[in-house]
Amino acid sequence: MAKVLIVAEQRDGKLKKSTFELVGAASAAGNETHVALLGDGVGALAAEIGTYGANKVHVAESASLKLYNGETYANVLTELVKSLSPDVVLASHTPTGRDLMPRIARRLDVGLASDCISLVFEGTNIKVRRPVYSGKATAEVEFLGAGPRLATIRANALGVGKPDASKKAEVAPFAVNAGEPKTKTTDVVQGASARPDVTEAAIVVSGGRALKSAENFKMIEDLADVLGAAVGASRAAVDAGYRPHRDQVGQTGKVVSPALYIACGISGAIQHLAGMRSSKTIVAINMDPEAPIYQIADYGMIGDIFQAVPALTEEFKKVKEH
Amino acid sequence: MNIYVCIKQVPDTETKIKLNADSSGIDTAGIKWILSPFDEFAVEEALRVKEKNAGSTVTVISAGPTRVVDSIRTALAMGCDNGIHVELPESADNAMAAKALAGALKKEAQVDLVFTGKEAIDDGAAQTSALIAEGMGIPCVTVVLGIEYSATAVKCKREVEGGAFEMVEAPLPVLIAAQKGLNEPRYASLPNIMKAKKKEVKSLKAADVAVTDGDQKIRFKNFQLPPPKQSGKKVPGEIPAAAKELVRLLHEEAKVV
Ligand SMILES: Cc1cc2nc3c(=O)[nH]c(=O)nc-3n(C[C@H](O)[C@H](O)[C@H](O)COP(=O)(O)OP(=O)(O)OC[C@H]3O[C@@H](n4cnc5c(N)ncnc54)[C@H](O)[C@@H]3O)c2cc1C
Repeated sequence: MAKVLIVAEQRDGKLKKSTFELVGAASAAGNETHVALLGDGVGALAAEIGTYGANKVHVAESASLKLYNGETYANVLTELVKSLSPDVVLASHTPTGRDLMPRIARRLDVGLASDCISLVFEGTNIKVRRPVYSGKATAEVEFLGAGPRLATIRANALGVGKPDASKKAEVAPFAVNAGEPKTKTTDVVQGASARPDVTEAAIVVSGGRALKSAENFKMIEDLADVLGAAVGASRAAVDAGYRPHRDQVGQTGKVVSPALYIACGISGAIQHLAGMRSSKTIVAINMDPEAPIYQIADYGMIGDIFQAVPALTEEFKKVKEH
Repeated sequence: MNIYVCIKQVPDTETKIKLNADSSGIDTAGIKWILSPFDEFAVEEALRVKEKNAGSTVTVISAGPTRVVDSIRTALAMGCDNGIHVELPESADNAMAAKALAGALKKEAQVDLVFTGKEAIDDGAAQTSALIAEGMGIPCVTVVLGIEYSATAVKCKREVEGGAFEMVEAPLPVLIAAQKGLNEPRYASLPNIMKAKKKEVKSLKAADVAVTDGDQKIRFKNFQLPPPKQSGKKVPGEIPAAAKELVRLLHEEAKVV
């Protein structure tokens, strides 16, 4: 059994699903599971964390923690780690987790295993595996030297367990010494899209060069909306201006591992596969039966996306209505 | 302005990865090495700042085995003025590389801006930028898509999830990790490629920047290639019927919808 500290992540008072993945995994493995919750007016979220099996939630609240700031968050968390002495510290490999965890690692002078896709607790240690060369291989990470083991875990890699309303975590305030940061987050400009983020979504529907225009992506969006999915794109579609770069999946875009990835009119170049090959189920729709995407697709439909995608949207609607 | 760019050399994106005999790493024979794509945005940004501020210099730094000097030359050919190579073993991890880079930067008389890519495409760890900044004791802004400069500070647009942005202000000196979209990197012209061969690349040993074996904090081992996928099911038939069958399979067999 290990003493595990999980860095919870919330935005605008809503906890990330990936936080529940970490809490659930740590607690299901029988660990003493602590959670750090930072923000302003976020204390009420501790109860929800408790339902995933956390033993104790350390709540650091202050106006200076309202918006994420790498310096203040690292200051508070480093203090918490020093006072709690956990064996393992985990965060999600999200924009926040990847900005925050290296800072803490440097301050504690310990190693950090980033973007892990498997996590096994072994006594007071962890065994983690991560993709290397953009998913063309994976490697196990061995921690050298003493000190807590730090890791960030890819969203969706562990899966979310079922919350249990009868479970409650002890809630303890953590006195904040946020310090005087040199950087200031002055504003957060919200994204225009109501759809889930491509790296967080359980289903991703992606379109490639075959879409031919930004307008035609409406068809991909319609399919995505029936499934509650995010919209992704190949680099060719992004370079052609059909989608913004933030939607790009691949070696120089986002790396995703949803339960279902639907590639529409995407050839399956090695750089694209690098970003989505860890998806659990892959569906390819392509006119060319020899397209490389079929080498990793679990299901394929050969045909014209301009017919296939609307037809799929209709069929999924029927399933969803039942 | 004294501008620095930290770069990493990585296998070309087309590379098919093979493992070495005992799976302790990859077989590097025959690999074509390139400047990590996100670092190109960092180099470009450094050059643009230099062009707007007369009298500036851009120094490119890389830590790693001797082969990384080729990528330093690539950046010099894009227009950087000089280079620094810190000799590290092939096995160096992010922590050791960051300590070496921060150490080299701390030896410099004055550092105003440090650019890096938001991550390297080999390990995709996205740690080194923040590790360098922490090691130097300067602020850092990661995943940056846009920068407004003033004489003493920067205002950065930082990409976060869901298409949202954080606007982050930081005083100089600051480290900025570049995301695709920050700029459009230039190509090296032939004359500049020739000139780059003559530019100075200073060489430092690990000991010169106080890096020891103990600075390596993690090691990758037991490499695996993704299990070969069985060829998937191609649903037969014409489109409305095939779509119906595909949805049935996803619902009843894969149980993902
Ligand atoms: C350094 C570098 C980094 C890169 N990074 C990335 C990355 O991060 N992500 C990425 O995706 N790519 C990346 N690439 C680009 C990659 O090599 C491919 O060029 C790109 O993925 C191709 O996109 P695509 O599949 O949409 O287009 P194409 O390869 O042109 O494929 C289009 C496919 O659509 C099919 N098609 C056409 N019309 C129809 C129709 N009506 N119905 C059905 N099917 C149809 C065709 O059969 C074809 O298979 C990178 C390249 C380099 C050099």
